[in-house]
This record gives sequence, C-alpha cells and structure tokens, in this order.
Amino acid sequence: MSSRPIKVLIAKPGLDGHDVGAKIVCRALMQAGMEVIYTGLRLSPAAIAATAAEEDPDVIGLSILSGAPLPLAEKLVDALQEHGVENALLVVGGNIPVQDHDAMRGLGVDGIFPTGTPLEEIVEFIDQEVTR
Amino acid sequence: MTASDPDRVEWESGLDIKPLYGPEDVRSSGGDAGIGEPGEYPFTRGIHPLMYRSRPFTMRQYSGFGTAAETHERFQFLIKQGNTGLNVAFDLPTQCGLDSDDPMAEGEVGRVGMAVDSLADMEEAFADIPLNEITVSLTINGAAVPILAMYFAMARKRGYDLSTLRGNAQNDILKEFIGRGTWIFPVEPSMRLVGDTIEFCADNAPRYSPVSVCGYHIRESGANPAQEMAYGLAIAKAYLDHSLERGLDVNSVARGLTFNFDVFGNLWEQVCKFRAGRRLWAKTVKEQYGATDPKAMQMRMIAGGGGGGLTIEQPDNNIVRGAYYALASALSGTQTMALCSFDEAYTIPTEHAAKLSLRTMQLLIHEIGMSDTVDPLAGSYFIETMTNEMESEIVRLMKKLDDEGGIVANVADGRVQADVSLSAFQRERKIASGEVKKVGVNIHRDSEETQLAVEMHPYRQEEANKQIERLRGVRDDRDEHAVATALDQLRQAAADGQNVMPAAIDAVETYATVGEICGALRDVFGSYSEPIRF
Repeated sequence: MSSRPIKVLIAKPGLDGHDVGAKIVCRALMQAGMEVIYTGLRLSPAAIAATAAEEDPDVIGLSILSGAPLPLAEKLVDALQEHGVENALLVVGGNIPVQDHDAMRGLGVDGIFPTGTPLEEIVEFIDQEVTR
Repeated sequence: MTASDPDRVEWESGLDIKPLYGPEDVRSSGGDAGIGEPGEYPFTRGIHPLMYRSRPFTMRQYSGFGTAAETHERFQFLIKQGNTGLNVAFDLPTQCGLDSDDPMAEGEVGRVGMAVDSLADMEEAFADIPLNEITVSLTINGAAVPILAMYFAMARKRGYDLSTLRGNAQNDILKEFIGRGTWIFPVEPSMRLVGDTIEFCADNAPRYSPVSVCGYHIRESGANPAQEMAYGLAIAKAYLDHSLERGLDVNSVARGLTFNFDVFGNLWEQVCKFRAGRRLWAKTVKEQYGATDPKAMQMRMIAGGGGGGLTIEQPDNNIVRGAYYALASALSGTQTMALCSFDEAYTIPTEHAAKLSLRTMQLLIHEIGMSDTVDPLAGSYFIETMTNEMESEIVRLMKKLDDEGGIVANVADGRVQADVSLSAFQRERKIASGEVKKVGVNIHRDSEETQLAVEMHPYRQEEANKQIERLRGVRDDRDEHAVATALDQLRQAAADGQNVMPAAIDAVETYATVGEICGALRDVFGSYSEPIRF
C-alpha cells in the first residue's frame, strides 16, 4: 500500500438538491482515512469533469436522487472522456432504479450503491477496487 | 433504549424518558402555568378555541403538473371538487431561476412541477380562476421574486386589487442553504430579497403571507426534532429582525409568517415539539418583540410529510408509517396537513399512492375521532412535563446559536449545514449499529428482500419541447427594447438598495423570463458559492 490516501471526488450533477446522502458518504469515506473532495450542488457534467481533471482522484462518486440518473451519467461519462479523465473508478449512488443498473454498467460505471446501502459496503468496495 | 444501557430510553432530541410521570414531574420541569386555554396566549393547546371541532385540518397534498395548460386543467378540476386552496409545485429549473431552454434544465422541464418561464405561463395556469376566492400557495424560494412578481402582475392585469389576494409563498431562503438547495444568490442579498417581498406584501397585499418558515427541510437534512424547531424559530426571528430594521411593524410582519414542520419518528416527541414550539414562538413575539396583536403570536403551520422516516425496504410499511405520522400531526394541532406517499422514497408519487395519503388523513377525521375535542393529550403528566423539557431544550439550542453569532452568519459560513449533516451521519451510524431501530431495515427484515414493482414517473420529452417552443414564441413576440429597459431598471433598483418588487413586476409585464430576471439580479448580487465544511 502506498502511504498516500485514496482520493475521492463526490459530486452532485443536475438540479436536485438532496445532498444528505452525499454528505453522509463523504464523512464515512473520511473516517475510513480517504481524502474526500465534495463539489457541492448543481454542477454541470463539464464542471465536474474539469474538477476531476484538476484533482486527479482515484474515485469519482456521483450522487443522483432525481429519479432519472441515466441521462446524467451518460453526460458525465462523455465529459470525463473529453477532459481525459480515464483511470478513475466510477461509482454512482442514490435513487438508481433497478431497471437502469445494466445500462449504468454498460456506460462504464464500476459500482452502484442505491439508497440504503450500508456505508461499510461502499468503503470496502473502494478499498478493494482502487489499486495503486 | 441504547446499546450501552438497556434501561435507558432517550428521544432523538437527547431527552431522557422516565418509565412513569406524575404531578411532581410537571412541577419540577416548569409547572403547568404555560398550558393555558386553546385559542389564547401562549397557544400551547392550539391557536383556535375549538380547533378541529370548528374546522378540521386542511388536507393539502404537494403536487405538480408539467405545463401551464395541464396545471390549469387540474386547478379547474380541483375547484369543481370544492377545493378552496391550490398548492403550486414548480419544476426544478423554475425553482433554480433557469429558463426551460437552459442547458442545465435538460431532463427536468416540467418534471416535478409546473414549468414557468414567463408571465404567459402564469396567465394560462390561472385563467378564469377567481383569485379573490381561492388561496394560492406557491412553493418557490430562490426564484420567489420573479414568481411572486408574475403572480401579482397576472392578478392586476385581470383587475384584482392585490389586497384581496390570499395565500402564501414558501420563500424561506435560509432553510434552502441548509437543505433543499434551490438557492441562487449569496446569503446577504438573499435575505434582502426576502425582506423586499415581506415589505411589498405588507404595503400592497396584506392578506398574502410572504414567507413560510420551514423546519421541515432542516429535519429532513438530519436535524433532530428539537434542532428542527430551534433552527425554524431562529430563522423566523431573523426575518422579523430584518423587517424591523426596515421600519416595518412587528404585528403586520409576524402575522404574515407561517410555518412548515416535519413529522416522523417518536410520536410523543413530535407532539411535545409542536406544543413547546407554539408556546415559545408566542412568548418570543410578545415578550422579545413587543407584539400586541394575538394573531401575530400564533404559530400557524402545515405539518406532516415525514419523507425522512420512510424506507426503501418493505415499502408497504410506509403506508402504516404515514398513518402514524398523520396521527401525530393531528394530535399536535396543525392547521394544515400534507403526507408523503409510500412510494416517495423511490419516485414522484403515483396517483394511487397520493390518494392513499389523502384517505389516511380523511380516516382520521371521519372514523378515528381526531376532531372530537381540542388538544386531547393536554394535562397528561408525561406530555406536559416533556413539553416543558422540550421548550427548555429548544431555548438552549437557540441561545447557543445566538452566542455563536446568530443563524444568518452560521448559515453563511456553513456551520449550520455541517452540524445538520453530522446529525444525519450519526443517525445513519445508529441505524447501522441497531441503536436506532427501523423495522424492515435493521430489525424484522424479510429473508428475501421485497422489491417494490415501482411505477417510475416518466419524463415527457414532448411536453418539455412544447414548453421550450412556447418560450421561444414569447421571446419572438415581445418588445425586446422594453424588456432590456425593464431589466436595466431592475438592476438599478437592486444596486441602489430599493425594493426590487415594483421593478420586477414591470419586468415580468414585458414578458422578461424567470432566467432573465434572476440573471439581472445575479449581475448585481453575484451567485452563492456553497461553503463546503464537514
């Protein structure tokens, strides 16, 4: 293991203002020793991708509770490619309907954590998947 | 009960509960002098002498209907059914001050409520509706200035005197910074804009309530019940202070404030929260602010909702939870009730789910006896003791906030947000450890996870396209010179510290859009930048 902590960018794309879950996950990751950057509400996919390009995180986590996560995830994946962000682990949490999970994975989403997922599960997943 | 001490019972607000209460507990917690009579100061037992015996609580479900045309159709249906109040939900672009053709609006136009771009949408939604006979509730916060301006301009155009209009705007921007998130401008100018609407209504539309103070969303963001009430009252005081600095009369401003609170969790804790909060608000307005009009001291409220208590797991349980939350609201003496629907943890409620919520509230009135008598829990040693203790706890929290610089400064630097999100995190941890029990989540789980066959709320791209076309049509037909002039005057009023409402009304009359008006105000005030603090 490297001495550098795992760096996670948590972002909330779109207009929905439900940020309770995103902030809870931020705290859980920080308690697990990770470095966490939280972008705040209402950012465009381009703005999130620009932050990702600048910060070079190991993990990008999207919190989406609008009930329509797919179009936002698609736009974000495109924006990340445009900004040359390719190696980060991409995880999505929030209100993610079961019927969208396959399409999400097809987009390159590595982990899906619907509302109610135990925090430990998210921490463990990131710990295992991030290889440095 | 906590894991560390199985004999201990503690409420979420941190108050210890004894196995048995008697007269001595009431005495030692502050006595029974504050109970009083219903309809009389300090209104512990409710703000009306006969409460639900004279008029049951109003049932008002929050809902939205895509375009102005659909909203209009729905309004007419509701009025035909005998409804005298309309509750308008706006879509997220409108709430965030964006036009329907803004790139950020994509996928959200008309989704969670009506899309409003210009006065034309407001005119269509309210066409032929008798504005002096119905009350209209507008759930709008960050974009309250253009939306209120449109509502007033539309009413004037139709020949109504603004003084005949009744209803309320949510317009509680401080809570948007803590939870819900439809802020647009920085904290200080946002406060000033709320002040502008309060002043404008006091002068022109005295029967219209310009602000509904929301503890609700703060509770939903993680606050415990005592914090919810403490932050709510602190916010209400901040609007009062701001208005008094502008030279407004405390009686007229306090009469225009209404409240919106959340109900989930322990039933008794909710009841005591409301009885204590009602008493404390009356005392505050009378003793600290010197109000003389009893109506100014009354906490008029909508209570219910309870979204934060609902679970994804075993979603049918949410129907039962909703019934208990409604019972708690009724026992708390609310004026208006709204209930989240059982599928709301997943999606925008279906009609079936929304109807079940309405029926739940109707059952309480017609079958369960909730309107038999006033404040039926009054005089219980337990309830009166804990109402006293809850009041002391709320006072303690409010004093702490004042000592730390007050609610406005604490919201501006993100300390309130950090405190509330820490509470949410701690609650999550307690649910994970089993210290806080949630049926179907950490106790009485099904061996096989039940997945609700959820009917997802579809996004209708064609309706969104129609709205965008309509907006372009409005832009094509209007006098661009008049729009530019009106927006310049709005910028001027904002920069000069004048009340922006008259200039905003002039601007909406030229069919300037929500996005353009918020853009003009942003030119002067700048945008809010979220303080990220943990």
